[in-house]
Amino acid sequence: MKSSNSQNNSKIFPKVFKDATSALFDFKSEMTLMSGGFGLCGIAENCIDALTQMDVNNLTVISNNIGNSGRGLVKILVQDKIKKAFCSYVGGNPDLEVRMLNKKIEVELVPQGTFSERIRAAGMGIRAFYTPTGYGTLIAEGKEVKLFDRPCILETALHADFAIIKAQKGDTFGNLWFKETARNFSPLMAMAAKITVVEVEELVDVGEIAPEDIHLPGIFVQRIFKGSQYKNEIEFLITED
Amino acid sequence: MPWTNEEMADEVIQFFKPYCSVNLGIGMPTIIAERITDDLNIMIHSENGVLGVRGRPSQKTVSPTLINAGKETIAIKAGASFFDSSLSFGMIRGGHIDYCVLGAMEVDCKRNLANWMIPGKKVTGMGGAMDLVNGSKQVIIMMNHFSKNGAAKLLSICNLPFTGLDVVDIVVTEMGVFKPNGSHFEVLKLAQGISSEDLKMEMSILKN
Repeated sequence: MKSSNSQNNSKIFPKVFKDATSALFDFKSEMTLMSGGFGLCGIAENCIDALTQMDVNNLTVISNNIGNSGRGLVKILVQDKIKKAFCSYVGGNPDLEVRMLNKKIEVELVPQGTFSERIRAAGMGIRAFYTPTGYGTLIAEGKEVKLFDRPCILETALHADFAIIKAQKGDTFGNLWFKETARNFSPLMAMAAKITVVEVEELVDVGEIAPEDIHLPGIFVQRIFKGSQYKNEIEFLITED
Repeated sequence: MPWTNEEMADEVIQFFKPYCSVNLGIGMPTIIAERITDDLNIMIHSENGVLGVRGRPSQKTVSPTLINAGKETIAIKAGASFFDSSLSFGMIRGGHIDYCVLGAMEVDCKRNLANWMIPGKKVTGMGGAMDLVNGSKQVIIMMNHFSKNGAAKLLSICNLPFTGLDVVDIVVTEMGVFKPNGSHFEVLKLAQGISSEDLKMEMSILKN
């Protein structure tokens, strides 16, 4: 209920917000949250920090890694704000692995391609799809199997109340440009959530990003703000010299 | 003498055809990116959203937003492209990637792979492995021959939860190169001085 109200509001409010806290003003307990980024690359640092200060709990979080190495979403994981997580990879996130093995959090592991496609499907209005990925494995348990050229399992779309994503550059309509491999799941999540909150390093006027350079059209973005104090952490720094 | 990781990588590279596309898994296979020579014109794919990986950056060119699926900093070559995760896995699932090279916990002669969890003990998650084994044209496993307790990881049937069924084409270990054919592991090559006994595999599944 709350979230559908906010969605209507977002169409009349201007999209540009002051900061993460103001852009997440109506984010509540029990909601489903998508969070962009691959490991720590391209995560919404300001929004995650704001969530650590908010009185929200019993969240369902959809994110590839749920943070890593004590950073990113691990900050709210260790505050026990997450009830259920959807992710594809736990390696590198000991805080999540321990909670998972001790059954302190419910985790649904989703193969990464199926994960991204379930999110994309939600944004595209596709209810479900058949894929060979995962056939004959634990993740196929309880899922419908259908034989095409080979056996496939039925996977359903993944929706969210909110998505928090980061882009390098965005304009006041919400058109986004991502840097290098920081794009990953973010445009898909922006399409799948009712309210997408975007933080950018550079906030520009409409027209400043050439139309053919826009990676995600602003129609998928409800709120945008210029973030600050980015750490842009590197997990494994390897150079040739 | 068992092969070094570099020598194992070179064994894997011998399977690649010029101008092919290759996805390299996390861990041991990443070394392959540093040993592929430019003359092969291979496009290396990393599932986090880049095609055209080329070795490592310098301290001057390193970027926190330019990483591979192992979250390590990388460099790219001319012709490289960036894309979102859906398009990236479309390349995989759609059959556009020629080879993937993955690490493994266990492989069996029925071409099954296990590499994502040890029930009750360890969960790494499958990441992109389940998509890769079902989508790539050829699946090459690059792994240590023995587990930590010294048992061979090439089995008649995997004990651990499957990543994919009937998907593995080639297995490269420090001991040799093997081809699972449904009932046996055919030995394609052994490292110099290694004999069948050294492999510590069930003899009934070994075919010289």
